[in-house]
Amino acid sequence: MPKPTKGARLGGSPAHERLILANLATDLFRHGKIRTTVTKAKRLRPVAERLITKAKKGDIHNRRQVLTVVRDKGVVHHLFTEIATTFAERPGGYTRITKVGARKGDNAPMAVIELVTEPMSGVTTRTEAPAPAPAAEEAKAEETPAEEAPAEEAKAEDTKAEAPEAAAEETPAAEAEAKKDEA
Amino acid sequence: MAVPKRKMSRSNTRARRSQWKTTAVALVSCPQCRSPKQPHIACPTCGTYNRRQVIEPSA
Repeated sequence: MPKPTKGARLGGSPAHERLILANLATDLFRHGKIRTTVTKAKRLRPVAERLITKAKKGDIHNRRQVLTVVRDKGVVHHLFTEIATTFAERPGGYTRITKVGARKGDNAPMAVIELVTEPMSGVTTRTEAPAPAPAAEEAKAEETPAEEAPAEEAKAEDTKAEAPEAAAEETPAAEAEAKKDEA
Repeated sequence: MAVPKRKMSRSNTRARRSQWKTTAVALVSCPQCRSPKQPHIACPTCGTYNRRQVIEPSA
């Protein structure tokens, strides 16, 4: 059984829904920031991000696939040349939805969905931080690989026999280091 | 189709409707302009959310 699409159904028919989402995506790429209902914004986010991922790949096949959704060639050109380059470093999460309160008239909760323009500051440090740490540990492991691991395992076995609780605390660390040594 | 046999008295109607209640909207103070706003929604006064300008200020 096919898994239903996440989120609300829009429009009166599947074709209408496709048109709504395509038009919303086109306007989002044209203006960079659009105000719509929260429901539509939530449906638009995965559609738009998938199109941006295709734009980042940038070849003619992906461009033709995007053109089947976004019919405006000018917008597609803007998406592939300008929007895709700004997201070159960003691994997903290209759009942001902010709720802005209810609409006058029908009290529909509204949201602003926009392309994220801020540079990647906090996230890059996070992705870089784990990278040096394993390298440093590997370097340590290379220095004394054979000596440390068996000694710790032996200790762990001893403590297991004497005090199971203490062994339980030490063994995960010893096993983790042993795995790193193998890797 | 089942239908009511007797007219419902004003008293009964009003007793039922006495349980219709409204709740006050939850409000927090905006970290930017200190005016009351709804939580998780951009401030309608200054148009910011998490100190980021999202919409134009309403006036």
